[in-house]
Amino acid sequence: MASLKALKLRIGSVKSTQKITKAMKMVAAAKLRRAQSNAEAGRPYSERMASVVASLASRVTPGPHSPKLLAGTGKDETHLIVLATGDRGLAGAFNTNIVRAARKKAQELEADGKKVIFYIVGRKGRPVIARFYPKAIASQYDTSAMKAPAYANAQEIADDIIDRFESGQFDVAHLAYANFRSTLLQEPTVDQIIPVKPGAASATPAGGAASPAVEYEPDEEEILKALLPKNVAIQIYRALLENAAGFYGSQMTAMDNATRNAGDMINKLSIKYNRQRQAAITTELVEIISGAEAL
Amino acid sequence: MADLHFELVTPERLVRSEDVYMVVVPGVEGEFGAMAGHAPVMTVLKDGAVKVYKTAGSQPESINVSGGFAEVNDAGLTVLAESAEG
Repeated sequence: MASLKALKLRIGSVKSTQKITKAMKMVAAAKLRRAQSNAEAGRPYSERMASVVASLASRVTPGPHSPKLLAGTGKDETHLIVLATGDRGLAGAFNTNIVRAARKKAQELEADGKKVIFYIVGRKGRPVIARFYPKAIASQYDTSAMKAPAYANAQEIADDIIDRFESGQFDVAHLAYANFRSTLLQEPTVDQIIPVKPGAASATPAGGAASPAVEYEPDEEEILKALLPKNVAIQIYRALLENAAGFYGSQMTAMDNATRNAGDMINKLSIKYNRQRQAAITTELVEIISGAEAL
Repeated sequence: MADLHFELVTPERLVRSEDVYMVVVPGVEGEFGAMAGHAPVMTVLKDGAVKVYKTAGSQPESINVSGGFAEVNDAGLTVLAESAEG
């Protein structure tokens, strides 16, 4: 049985841990609000972009001259998984879930006989992937220096990925991130970003179908050429924003749980402490009384 | 005549969403003014100023955009730009 002093120390340390988790929860809540409004502000752009690309893509029949980003390289051998995770831990299973989704995808692809390589964005994905696929990490992008994801960062990542695509390092690219549904629910998602999925194009015939006689300046192919790289950038940007919001949401929940657990633990330890203290007093009393009787 | 619904969107935020009289857009193949009822057009934009006329004959408000494109359809004019300030 632990001594009174040890119990007291233990209670003290749990209390200070609770203070830290409580503070982290509050910080996460404040940051979540900002990240969430950022994510919401970014949505109109990506939605419009998606509908424009979809309506354009449905117009252009993929041929030998159409942009590679739309038609693909014609092969389906090497797959790139862009793994976007947070930079920090202490956020419950947030990072683990994204990595798990990416690994599941990788296993599926490998089962089909494809080669899988990884492009890592954010710090937390690297160790796991490095353990399971030590030779498959193509590159990584360090996001730890930035406070909130900026479009410029997404563009850099997209440019790098597109360069690799153009030089034939891979044929298909997927993006793994966590879709921010709510504070309590972040959904790990793996989306195909290169080439543009034909399924997505036919599923959302937004502006295209309603207005058949659209005039294009310059022609469709030229617009697509300008648009597709932007589309990749915007998808990555959206993933970064969703991740940021999801991360803080997850951290808030995790820290809330931790605070509550610490509270429970303090209660239990206090009860134990009080009992022991009482027992010590009782023993002492018994000793004194029996001593007095002996006289 | 009904007003043109004009939206200017950047990745960071929705900059404008309002009904205006006319917007002059710097397309790569020349500037054009879009008013309500304009035929559907989709064009890549040059970096430059988008001029927004709130009412007929008013002073235009100009917004510098870069890396954008514009789409006119039944719903109005949508300018998607990488950055906008003004």
